[in-house]
Amino acid sequence: MQVYLPIAEVSVNAFLLLGLGGIVGFLSGMFGVGGGFLITPLLFFIGVPPAVAVATGANQVVASSISGVLAQVRRKAVDFQMGGVLRAGGIVGSAIGVWVFRLMTKAGQIDLFVQLSYVFFLGLIGAIMLQESLRSLLRARKPGAPIRRAHVHSWVHGLPFKMKFRASGLYISVLPPMLVGAVVGFLAAIMGVGGGFIMVPAMIYLLGMPTKVVIGTSLFQIIFVTAFTTVMHAVTSQTVDMLLALLLILGGVIGAQIGARVGVRLKAEQLRILLSLLVLAVSARIAVDLLFKPDEVYSVTAGLLP
Amino acid sequence: MMRAALVFLVLAGAARANETIVSGLSQNRVSITADFDGSEILIYGAVKRETPVPDGPPLEVIITVEGPATPVIVRRKDRVAGIWLNNAEVRVDSAPSFYAVATTGPLQRILSDTENLRHKITIERVIRVVGITDEAAESGAFVLAMLRVRTNEDRYRVLEGRVELTEDTLFRTDVVLPANLTEGEYKVRLFLLRAGKVVATQDRLIGVRKEGLERFIFTMAQEQPLIYGLLSLLLAAVAGWAASAAFRLIWT
Repeated sequence: MQVYLPIAEVSVNAFLLLGLGGIVGFLSGMFGVGGGFLITPLLFFIGVPPAVAVATGANQVVASSISGVLAQVRRKAVDFQMGGVLRAGGIVGSAIGVWVFRLMTKAGQIDLFVQLSYVFFLGLIGAIMLQESLRSLLRARKPGAPIRRAHVHSWVHGLPFKMKFRASGLYISVLPPMLVGAVVGFLAAIMGVGGGFIMVPAMIYLLGMPTKVVIGTSLFQIIFVTAFTTVMHAVTSQTVDMLLALLLILGGVIGAQIGARVGVRLKAEQLRILLSLLVLAVSARIAVDLLFKPDEVYSVTAGLLP
Repeated sequence: MMRAALVFLVLAGAARANETIVSGLSQNRVSITADFDGSEILIYGAVKRETPVPDGPPLEVIITVEGPATPVIVRRKDRVAGIWLNNAEVRVDSAPSFYAVATTGPLQRILSDTENLRHKITIERVIRVVGITDEAAESGAFVLAMLRVRTNEDRYRVLEGRVELTEDTLFRTDVVLPANLTEGEYKVRLFLLRAGKVVATQDRLIGVRKEGLERFIFTMAQEQPLIYGLLSLLLAAVAGWAASAAFRLIWT
């Protein structure tokens, strides 16, 4: 069944969109990532104009994150305090990101900048996560090996402005989470994503939060980042396609519910290995585009009527 | 003898001028609704003349359908430091979003270059490029690339031999408008030709408009962007909550 999208101005199969939304929602619910880094490239691929794909992708992520976070709230797996601190940093980071975005647009190389950020950050995070989770999986298999403590004291714990995060069972300075929030906000503005794929590993490895609360807290944070992005795009460039969003959301919310259920059954290490492989795959796919000669070196962009 | 030849010429000229087009379209408006999946337009007509069919070169028919034009940026990727990136661009002042040329025979044979230039019939003549030579060294290659890309996207079509002409009088053709149609006025031009020269023309219009839900969403996005954005969020929130609630019921 073909559907004509009023803002994107293309006709797309409705079931394809429901399926795409479902797959991304499933991953989102399972890993606690918004799925923006998947949905946006997938929409490019089926012929949706990039500007519409970025804006509508953000709207879809809002829905799947809300659906996912509600499942986590009932399991008391959301640290609202931590979410608040992350968000405070996020506002600063996204303001800087918007500024850099404008600079790069002026220089005419925003596409390249976005692609390079995807390759670099996805590649880096994916590689670190894969290495770390493989190591802990091997350690778990080897009996008698020294058990790694959950809380290792480091310089992070010597910083001022300490605060108690009850849900996470942490007593740490607010500075590291604020910094994490700022980096995520910055990347969200540049790459048009929620930033879950950065936040999840940062919470686990940098802040030492228990994996149990990481997913819920990450989703909670993503809702605010992507909601802000959606409204900004709707107001500044009118590129949010409601019909496209609705179809992606219908598939996405259902997928997110199933994903959250499946995620509970999997071991934390397995979950992390799968997520890191997924992140690496997307990074490699974009790198291939940059490194190999495209079939058609020319591209045609229709401008607006003067 | 001279007089006879003169009379013949005058008569032939008069006959040529007397051939006019009577035409019709199967529809003169296309509504883009949610289930829009392209549309086929039948363009038909007849040659009206007071005198018998003149002798000499056969009658040929060309029909063009032209979508709304916009400026276009053509970019070329080059390998810089091992990475393929957009390195050069050329602006085309005006290029139609859709263009189809249907004819009774090969364009090369039935249309002369001067007439093509005068009436702007083939796509190369329709696009407008003014002073692009300063922008890049080989701007001609950019224009050719644009034509190639848009032909591959099925936006530009040459349908040679696809106009049926019966008894030098009745003609018809079908033009398929693609699913990724742009809103606006689509111009249909009909040409009668003899010996490469245009002897009669006629213009018609097809209005393409978004209707119903499509119209509603598009208008709101343009005119009430903040409300539209917030409504999109509300939609997302309600759908997210509803799915969560529904699944809780199913699983318990």
